[in-house]
Amino acid sequence: MDFTLSKEHEMARTLFKDFAENEVKPLAQEIDEQHRFPRETVEKMAKYGFLGIPVPKENGGQGCDPLTYVMCVEELSKVCGTTGVIVSAHTSLCVDPIQTYGTPAQKEKYLPDLASGRKLGAFGLTEPGAGTDAQGQQTKAVLDGDEWVLNGSKCFITNGKEADVYIVIAVTGTVEKRGKKMKEISAFIVDKGTPGFTFGTKENKMGICGSSTYELIFTDCRIPKDALLGQKGKGFNIAMHTLDGGRIGIAAQALGIAEGALETTINYVKERKQFGRSIAQFQNTQFVLADLATKVEAAKLLVYKAAMKKAEFAVNPKASYSVEAAMAKLCAAEVAMEVTTKCVQLHGGYGYIKEYDVERMMRDAKITEIYEGTSEVQRMVISANLLK
Amino acid sequence: MKIIVCIKQVPDTKGGVQFNPDGTLNRAAMLTIMNPDDKAGLEAALRLKDEYGAEVTVLTMGLPKAEDVLREAMAMGADKGILVTDRVLGGADTWATSTTIAGAIRNLEYDLIITGRQAIDGDTAQVGPQIAEHLGLPVISYAQDIKIDGDSVIVKRQYDDGYHMLKAKMPCLITALSELNDPRYMTPGGIFDAVKAEITTWGRANLVDVDDANLGLKGSPTKIARASDKVRKGSGEKVNLDAEESVKYIVDKLKDKHVI
Repeated sequence: MDFTLSKEHEMARTLFKDFAENEVKPLAQEIDEQHRFPRETVEKMAKYGFLGIPVPKENGGQGCDPLTYVMCVEELSKVCGTTGVIVSAHTSLCVDPIQTYGTPAQKEKYLPDLASGRKLGAFGLTEPGAGTDAQGQQTKAVLDGDEWVLNGSKCFITNGKEADVYIVIAVTGTVEKRGKKMKEISAFIVDKGTPGFTFGTKENKMGICGSSTYELIFTDCRIPKDALLGQKGKGFNIAMHTLDGGRIGIAAQALGIAEGALETTINYVKERKQFGRSIAQFQNTQFVLADLATKVEAAKLLVYKAAMKKAEFAVNPKASYSVEAAMAKLCAAEVAMEVTTKCVQLHGGYGYIKEYDVERMMRDAKITEIYEGTSEVQRMVISANLLK
Repeated sequence: MKIIVCIKQVPDTKGGVQFNPDGTLNRAAMLTIMNPDDKAGLEAALRLKDEYGAEVTVLTMGLPKAEDVLREAMAMGADKGILVTDRVLGGADTWATSTTIAGAIRNLEYDLIITGRQAIDGDTAQVGPQIAEHLGLPVISYAQDIKIDGDSVIVKRQYDDGYHMLKAKMPCLITALSELNDPRYMTPGGIFDAVKAEITTWGRANLVDVDDANLGLKGSPTKIARASDKVRKGSGEKVNLDAEESVKYIVDKLKDKHVI
């Protein structure tokens, strides 16, 4: 087992780090305060290919591996959790399912624009009554001639109003499984601007405040028959498999937030003086930092391992990375929450002030324990695999 | 159009500076970056490529490790990379360096050669113009802006209190200032391609029309007597005056030093 990064990954790390420091960090505080989507950063990321990192070159992407993508989300999130999730939701939740389940025509229609960042992607699964219980879907799609008619709503959708292409999960009928009537669930690709597709409430969130989180509303929204993604009735599997990949992206976001908070705090404790010496000289500070750094490193290994497992999937579609993704997200999200909370503590009163980055990082960290499967869901995935 | 961009791997000023016992820089032991003026020169070449279409070749002389800076340039969009490396070329001053690079360039076809104005490790600004002299080319230094006009280049050249607009027929050599532009980033896909790309490596044997007496440490007329890291500046003078008195004090000081 070799833990050394390849030359490609070392160079990619340098690129993402430079970009994050120069282009993303200067805006992080402002977009958080103003709850403003950083459109200018998205345009710059598009220019440099950050919105199509794991997409093959023949589909207009960069042709890199999942680890490179993970390192991008990680480095962006070190300075701005909002920017990290914009890339993650677009890549893992919209581009990836089209890449995996799309017909050649769908790939040709959507991937070049998405991978180049000319268009931004989003994913709608969650509904007011269907969070962890994804089977509780109410949004319906009914085939009427050559069109599907969508009715219902989706909530908490990342990249909500800013996206151009949406993967939408909806009920298309009922099926009998082991004598029980179950909802038949399918996946669709919906373009912004389709009549009957509108936006509802903009969520006012605790963290990742620059991220555009909206309700999607479908009222007799007619989409073409060939907007069905994958097979009819396979939507639940598509959603769950998409979330396996999404969890690696969110794990990378959580890892980045934790690393960013730790780096900031290491600098702070060296400068902050109390009782005539820097607080870095107190054993409490040293031990807390040692514990946090160890946990961050453990999370990083799990996240990178999950990314490498996903790379196997590209050559062997039977390879599952579900458990690795769940472990990476569970660990990284909980580490992010612990690290940011303790970093605020090490900052003392200043850590509670918005001028200091750790205040934002602690608020941003919390969502990583909730979206794309709560920590409890990750435990369900991991234990189900242990006890099967 | 064929453009050659000469680039140099220099110590990253964020890292520590280390020296060899003979006073030359211990490049192998330091963090490195692409010299900022050279990066601007590369960006200028890549913009000409975007606008007019061109093949951009990056060339560097240095340790085998200098290959990294070529791959970075290729990840930004350069088409080919050439590394000139040989033990006998080590310890070169500006004269021996320009002799070596000119000897390498004689193997290549080109319309335009772009170098940085100067490298942040030596700050001589000599190598670019010397290469032009060795190759018998016109040189325009300190370029702030570059345009192509048929078979000529039109360059805005920085000058003390203004600028010159100069036109030169190609082939010619231009030295670029870091103020010329904001260099682009690499792309992730560019990195993956650049790492796999083949770098041409040349040694002494590949240099055309050069004399051994003008190469390496032995061929360098410059001898370094002593070199040291930057000496820290003192804390300066502190005075406590009101606004009006402060202005008068500063103006008097500037007059004393003939600044104004």
